[in-house]
Amino acid sequence: MEKILTKNIDKPKASDIEVYLAGGGYQALPKALSLKPEGVISEVKKSKLVGRGGAAFPVGLKWDFTRKESTQPRFIVCNADEGEPGTFKDRVILKNDPHLLIEAIIIAGYAIGADKGFIYIRGEYYDEIEAVNNAIQQAKQKGYLGSNILSSDFSFDIQVYRGVGAYICGEETSLIQSMEGNRPCPDDRPPFPTQSGFMDKPTALNNVETLANIPSIINRGGDWYSGIGSPDSPGTKLFCLSGQVNKPGLYELPLGITLGELIENYGSGVNGKLKAVLPGGVSSRLLTDPEVKLDYKDVARAGSMLGSASVIVINQDTSIVDVARNTVEFFTHESCGKCSICREGTRQAREILTRMANGNGSAGEIDLLLELGEVMYDTACCGLGQAAMNVPTSAITLFRNEFEQKVR
Amino acid sequence: MSAAPWKAKVDDIITQQGRVKEVLLPCLGAIQEVSGYIPQPAISYLQECLDVPSVDIYGVITFYGMLTTKQQGKYVIRLCNSLPCHLNKSENILRVVERKLGIKAGETSPDGKFTLETVACLGLCDKAPAMMINDKSYGNLTEATTQEILAELNG
Ligand SMILES: Cc1cc2nc3c(=O)[nH]c(=O)nc-3n(C[C@H](O)[C@H](O)[C@H](O)COP(=O)(O)O)c2cc1C
Ligand code: SF4
Ligand code: FES
Repeated sequence: MEKILTKNIDKPKASDIEVYLAGGGYQALPKALSLKPEGVISEVKKSKLVGRGGAAFPVGLKWDFTRKESTQPRFIVCNADEGEPGTFKDRVILKNDPHLLIEAIIIAGYAIGADKGFIYIRGEYYDEIEAVNNAIQQAKQKGYLGSNILSSDFSFDIQVYRGVGAYICGEETSLIQSMEGNRPCPDDRPPFPTQSGFMDKPTALNNVETLANIPSIINRGGDWYSGIGSPDSPGTKLFCLSGQVNKPGLYELPLGITLGELIENYGSGVNGKLKAVLPGGVSSRLLTDPEVKLDYKDVARAGSMLGSASVIVINQDTSIVDVARNTVEFFTHESCGKCSICREGTRQAREILTRMANGNGSAGEIDLLLELGEVMYDTACCGLGQAAMNVPTSAITLFRNEFEQKVR
Repeated sequence: MSAAPWKAKVDDIITQQGRVKEVLLPCLGAIQEVSGYIPQPAISYLQECLDVPSVDIYGVITFYGMLTTKQQGKYVIRLCNSLPCHLNKSENILRVVERKLGIKAGETSPDGKFTLETVACLGLCDKAPAMMINDKSYGNLTEATTQEILAELNG
């Protein structure tokens, strides 16, 4: 299968602009500039590309919304805060093919009518931040960034913004608060960032992997892209395979391959016997059926969420109660504390699950966890609180007897 | 008397990007990098330059895992305990590090050499269990390789 996102990553000195140019890089940019911004957006719409950061929102539509706001300036922000446990895909693009991302952001900026772009990179990605900063300098020297890019009347700059360690900053409204120097608690929506984002200006916020598709879409057309993979959600996807699997790693594959194919053909099988899988990191619900097709609709139909496609494999020797405890521990630590239901709910769930993991739970608490999950899903202000109980509640549904053995 | 090393960094950022609240986090990040923590005089300096109340600055500092008001060790060890690492026995690695350094997660060694933290996913899950020491990543840790890495730093 032809690779779109990872075609350059194994080349020697892949992050260097000369290598990127030799591979056909920075050819989409002049092509985009020769179109009207609306023409770029229409090509992206045709591609049916949806966001790869988790929410799977159509990219063309997001750009359209941002462009149609009358306020100036507008911004494009690239979300490189990658923090969902099990996710390690964006870092590969940032480090090994930063020019792919930069070319994409320039095109996005042109399409929505922005003159400035930001890349918000998590602070632990030291090498990646350096690679992106170097790439920005190179792009400036070659005239791909700065004033009157390629002699057009479009001028554009990109600035890196470094995070300092908070999972919640990956949530778009929290990310914007973080950039503004505020305590980064998520905001209610609406207004959406496309209407009122960074500095209250219209802001298109996209994930690294999402944007990395753009140069190919411009080069080869939206129709070409929409023909790849599954018709409902076309394109390739970076699958992050981790956990108890023989060959963990990053695999670029068309959306729609089955879970079993991914694990067997690419991951060389489960390390042990398959018990369950999280298809979209610890925010998703457990699945047990290897026949599930990994695209957005099919995973949702199976009761889970593909999200960032961070596939975590769990074998039969593992206690599912302990898995639930571990994930809730994560959310307890990462809850921003703004809503009491999420702040207190995660803590209570952690205490209960810690007791259960030690074999000291009480019988009524199993249903209490299910109820807590429902209330948090319904009332938490952002996706963190809504998803925090997904692993425990799906674990109870699928493996209730394991919990019953841990309670009195 | 020479000025504190963080001051040059902060002045640099403010000269480039202006006296606006949007530079607060870049400034705090830079101070943490050069000084190993955010000292009180730096907070007062930012309060004055950016006209942001110090309670707000503290509110921001305490929110983030990589910012501290307490001096950190020369080597900050961040050991991941999120699910993929946990499934690959990161707890055993934690035990090795704790024993070897004589400190628990969250502590700094009395000689100021090491700070040990357990942290959420570092994006190294294909190399689980994984950790970072300052800006360097280490993956596929075993008890033996962990011992070696620490021994080297203790040099
Ligand atoms: C708790 C939480 C954490 C998130 N973390 C990330 C992240 O690390 N990276 C990311 O791209 N999107 C993350 N998102 C999704 C963003 O809010 C947003 O939907 C996304 O960046 C939009 O880009 P896309 O449309 O290209 O996917 C997170 C969402 C939530 C609720
Ligand atoms: S749901 Fe949790 S993380 Fe989200 S805003 Fe509320 S407290 Fe913060
Ligand atoms: S879970 Fe440990 S690095 Fe991702």
